[in-house]
Order: sequence, then structure tokens, then C-alpha cells
Amino acid sequence: MSAKTTILTLPKEELVHPGNRACTGCGLSIAYRIGLKALGPDTILVVPPSCLTVLQGLFPVASTKLPCLNVTFASTAAAATGVLEALKAQGRTYIKVVGWAGDGGTSDIGIQALSGAAERGDDFLFICYDNEGYMNTGVQRSGTTPQGAITTNTPFKGKQQRKKDVPAIMAAHGIDYVATASSAYPLDLYDKIKKALSIEGTKYIHIHTPCPPGWGFDTRYTVKIGRLAIETGYFDLYEVDHGEFRLTGASGKLLEKRPLTPVIEYLKTQSRFKVMTEEQVADIQEQIDAKWAGFSRAI
Amino acid sequence: MHVIENGNVAAALGVKLAGVQVIAAYPITPQTPLTEKLSEFIEAGEMKAEYIPVESEHSALAACIAASSTGARAFTATSANGLLYMHEQVHWAAGARLPIVMCVVNRAVGAPWNIWNDHQDSISQRDTGWIQMYACDHQQIIDSVLKAFAIAETVSIPVMVCYDGYLLSHTYMPFEVPEEKQVKRFLRPFKPHYALDPQNPANLNTVTLPDVRMDVEGEMAHGYMEFRYLLQEDLRQTLTIAQEIEDRFTQIFGRGGNALLEPHRCNDADYIVVGLGSLTYQLRDVVETLRSEGLKVGVLGIRMYRPFPDEAAVEVLRRARGVFVIEKALSYGYEGALSSDIKAALYGCRGDGADAAGGLPGDRTDVTQRGGPCVDGPFVRGLIAGIGGRDIRTADLTDTLRTAITGALDDPGWIGLKI
Repeated sequence: MSAKTTILTLPKEELVHPGNRACTGCGLSIAYRIGLKALGPDTILVVPPSCLTVLQGLFPVASTKLPCLNVTFASTAAAATGVLEALKAQGRTYIKVVGWAGDGGTSDIGIQALSGAAERGDDFLFICYDNEGYMNTGVQRSGTTPQGAITTNTPFKGKQQRKKDVPAIMAAHGIDYVATASSAYPLDLYDKIKKALSIEGTKYIHIHTPCPPGWGFDTRYTVKIGRLAIETGYFDLYEVDHGEFRLTGASGKLLEKRPLTPVIEYLKTQSRFKVMTEEQVADIQEQIDAKWAGFSRAI
Repeated sequence: MHVIENGNVAAALGVKLAGVQVIAAYPITPQTPLTEKLSEFIEAGEMKAEYIPVESEHSALAACIAASSTGARAFTATSANGLLYMHEQVHWAAGARLPIVMCVVNRAVGAPWNIWNDHQDSISQRDTGWIQMYACDHQQIIDSVLKAFAIAETVSIPVMVCYDGYLLSHTYMPFEVPEEKQVKRFLRPFKPHYALDPQNPANLNTVTLPDVRMDVEGEMAHGYMEFRYLLQEDLRQTLTIAQEIEDRFTQIFGRGGNALLEPHRCNDADYIVVGLGSLTYQLRDVVETLRSEGLKVGVLGIRMYRPFPDEAAVEVLRRARGVFVIEKALSYGYEGALSSDIKAALYGCRGDGADAAGGLPGDRTDVTQRGGPCVDGPFVRGLIAGIGGRDIRTADLTDTLRTAITGALDDPGWIGLKI
């Protein structure tokens, strides 16, 4: 990655208005504010229903200073292609097209259109903010809800299945840039968006965005919990740049700083994990250890 | 230029002439030869457009919605289950007021699977807010595509150009391909009211409240209901605008004349058969046979089904003694949708040539608005034919209508049913 952005070199211009409708402590708010700085003003956004629709505001008020097309739930990537091809037909190719969807709109209902666009290699950036559930509709389980998490439709036992690994699915399409990021590391996110925009074809960035009401933690801990997810190896920051996998930022540093913080330190901060048994926690720890053993071998 | 080609090629030639900028489509029989032809035009460099080979029909219309929102002229085509898979987007395109044109190559919907022609696919999209045109032959297909863009871009409402699968899509017929110069006079480049633009950012289709709401400048902005009212008003207005566009088309190309209806020998008819699409041309032969037997029969083809040309239809039908509506679709559990529409249009009309809309003042004090039941207007009888591509034999049509006119037709009135 080229010169890292710092808090001092971050553009001052805000493309998201303050006082929008996002919840207090919303991880998406951080990612969106910083993400739009990276995208810059010559951008058209495509957004499906999600918490971001709420953040955008109610007609005739809008919280975003970029043109934004709200589309149906399943169609973000197809709509992004439609915008892109129209711009091509009009010769307005300097405008960047960005689909910005939640985890449901990406990993579940939106994955067909996203896979189609990635297979075609359509030249846009798709950003998934992953708050690990259908938070906008009241915290239902999604494909990316992690094992053990209580949601309103896994109310007593928690979700039994593993989290769907969407970045790996996207990397399997052979696209030239896939990255993960966290709203707890906004500068890393900023640099990854910048890098993605410099690459032609379909790009995918998956952002881990802690959600106070959905995960059950106090609004002041959004960044702390986002960081714990990385420090415990529960969620990893990496990029797959032209097929090359590389841990980045805080996750990259963890490779030298083993052992990782035990995952229980992360799980115990959120009430959604309160019904997990010791065996389930041990199982999650084993999964993380195995994954990190793989990372070490790969380096 | 005069050519002999199939109906799908007629549509493709229309799309090419219309200067479409973005096409997104997914294969489905019997639409495929249309989109194959467009791919050929583009790859051969005969047509300058972006073709998006999407992974589904839902995405096809999504891409068109987005392209149209970005200010490009957009086109898609589908059939049957493809159209049904789009359904959410079909509503969306109309609600977003985007002048997309879509060819629907009419085919029966599953289950069970059936690839042959009927009208259940497009009729089931009747209430989505789209304009629906039905073509009866290849000339109408190519002309309708051009008219569809002109209408759509004038009223900012999407248009479906519907034509019969196989019966028109795969049969060969001679037709006139309009000259490019003439088309340029008829169809101006697309100028959207708003196109997505970073210089002038707007947030489109954002959550809109049940009630009106003040914007930041203190102006009152529409609520959801106002937007929907305007769609309805503009659709009703389209009946007039489509005719104006038709007149302009006729002036330039010397063809056409009636944007809404195609009456054939209806002026003196005691009985009028109403239908959609190629069936209405087949019925012209039936009319000749029955007239040779002394039965004064006419055919009324509905060219524009939505918005429904109720007043124009009543004008044609009111003097008849009986109306038979033959349909290739059903509102299951009741009757064919077109039968209901025709009955609703005739409700309150007087058969003797009095005012069709509203009855005579003081004549009927017990009713408001459009009057009451038919005073002595025609009876309306719905008939079903050609479901799932069941062959509609002209002899069967003739026999059924002859029997029906003499009042001896038994229910259920499904022509050609073998049960």
C-alpha cells in the first residue's frame, strides 16, 4: 500500500451531514463518513434497504452530499452496473460507481446480483458493512450472523451455524481486489477504498461495523469492541490484491504479537453471546486458532 | 425498407432504430431471438449500446432502472416467469417514473412448465403502473417500440410492448422498417427530468412518509400518496398523449391512426368480439364468415390495455347488442381481467347513444358518478381461449361465437377445452 493516510492528511470535506438518523454509537456511521471521504465527490452511490437507508434520511431530506440511487433489496450490484453502463454510454466515465449494502443485502438476498456483476467484472466498488444481522428490521439473523449470537429469530439458543465468509466467496470470483476492514480502524478503511478505486474491475470491501442495539453493548464501546474483534483474531483485516492474500494493519501486527487475546474477551462484551456455553466458546477459539495457524504457515 | 422477418427481429430493429443506449436482458423462451439479435447488432458495430448480460431478470430490470435514473435510454425484454421474477422491479420502475421500454413476448406461466403463448404473464402485471401496448402483427411490433419510447419519455412512465410468443415472435411476415431519418424526426434524444449527477446530487427513491413534509427551504414536499396520485393522473392523461403521439407518427410514417383501439367492422355490428394481440386479427376471418351467414359481427382489438381506454371502448361497444370478450388469461377465481374491465367501462352506459359517462342528469337519481347498471347497453360474455398455447382454430372460434350469439352456449365458455 502507498503512503498511509493519517488523521492529519484525511480530507476535511464532509460528505455526510451531521445529525442524521443513525443510532448513537453506530459503527456504520464511522465507516460511512470516512468511506465517503475516500470516495470523493465524483461518486454515485447505489444503496438497497438497510440501516443506511435510515441514515440517508426521509424524503425530502437527505443526509448524503453524493447522488444516491435507492434500489430494491436484491439488486444493488445489478443497479450499480446499470449506472456504470449508462455513464459509459454518456461518456461520463470519470464518475465512480459504488454499491453500499448491509450484510443481508450482500450475503443473502443480494449475493446473486453481486456474483453476476463480479463474474462480468463490472467496474465498480461494492462495499458491505457487516453488522452481522438484519438490524434495521429489528435484529434478525443473517448469513453473516456469527455462531452463538442471539437474534430475534434465534432468541434463546443463539445461531447454530457459522458465519458466511463473503470476502472469500468474492475472492473466489477471481476479482482483482477484495479487502476486509473495520469501522474501528477508519484510516485502514480509507486507504483500502482509495486502493480499490485505483483498480479496474469489480472490487469488494467488507467492513465489520459493531452495532450497539443489535449486539447488546453500551454505545461508547463501538470502537473498543471493533478493536477487540481484531485483537482476538475473531475478524481479520486483510486484502486479496490480484490474488495475493495479505494481513494488513492491526491484523498484520498480530502475526508477530502472538498469542492472540482469548476470544472470550470479545464475546463477553456483548449480550448477544450471553447464552454461549463453554464448549461453544472453546469451539470458536479452536476455529480462530486453526485459522491463524494457517495465516502463520502462509507467511 | 421492406423486409420479411420474424416478430422478434421486428422488435430488435425497433430497438436499434430507437437509439437505445443500455440493454440488460436474461434469456427466456420465446424472447431470446430478440436479445440475440440485439447482441449481434452491437457486436457487429451496427448499434452503439451497452449490453449487460445479467444473471437474472430481476437484475435486468434493476440495471435498466439504474441506467434510466442515470439518464440513458434503456430497454429490456422478457417472457412469462422472467416477467414474474421482475415483478418487484416492475412496480419500482413505474413508481420511480422511469421511461423504460420492455418487450414482453407473451407466454404462459408455470406451473406446470409451458413455453407456449397466452397472456397470463403481462396481464398479471396490469396493476403495476406501466403502460401496456399489445401488437397484432410485425409492423405493429416495430412501430410500437418506437411509439413506446416516445410515450414513455413524454409522460415519464415505463411501457410494455406485448406481443404473442411464437404466433408473432417466431413467424415471418413482411413489414416496413422505418427510415432512420424519419425516426430521428419522430423520436428526439432522451432528455431526462433528472439524471444522477455528482454536480447536482439527489437522493432518489428515499423513504417517503405517509403525509406531506416540509423540505429545508420551507416548501411542502409530496408524501407517498401524492406521488401515487400523480402516477394515476398521468396514466389517465396518457390516453390523450398517446393519441397525439400516434397522430405525429402517422404524419411522419403514413401508418397507424388509433393508439388505443383497433375496431374492425364495428360500426354496424350487433355483436362485437373484444380481444388482445394477434387473436384479434384471426377474428377478422371469423367476422367474414359470420357476416356471410347474416350475423353482423365486428372485432375490437385493444391496442393499449393500460391505461384502459374505457371511454373510447364504450364509444365503439355501446350500440351493440352483445359483446364477447375472448381472453388468453384469467383473474383466477373470477373471470378474465379484460371482461371485468369492459363490464366496468360499460357500467352505466346507455345503449341508445345517450351520454356514456355518467348517464343523463336527472335520469337516474339513485346513482352518482358514472351512473348505474347498463340501461340497455350490450350484454358482456367472457370467453377463454388459447391458454398455454392451446391451438385456437378459426372454425372453433366461429362455432363458439355463432352458438353464443344464438344464446345456446353452455358454461364454462373455454374455447377448445377437452375435458
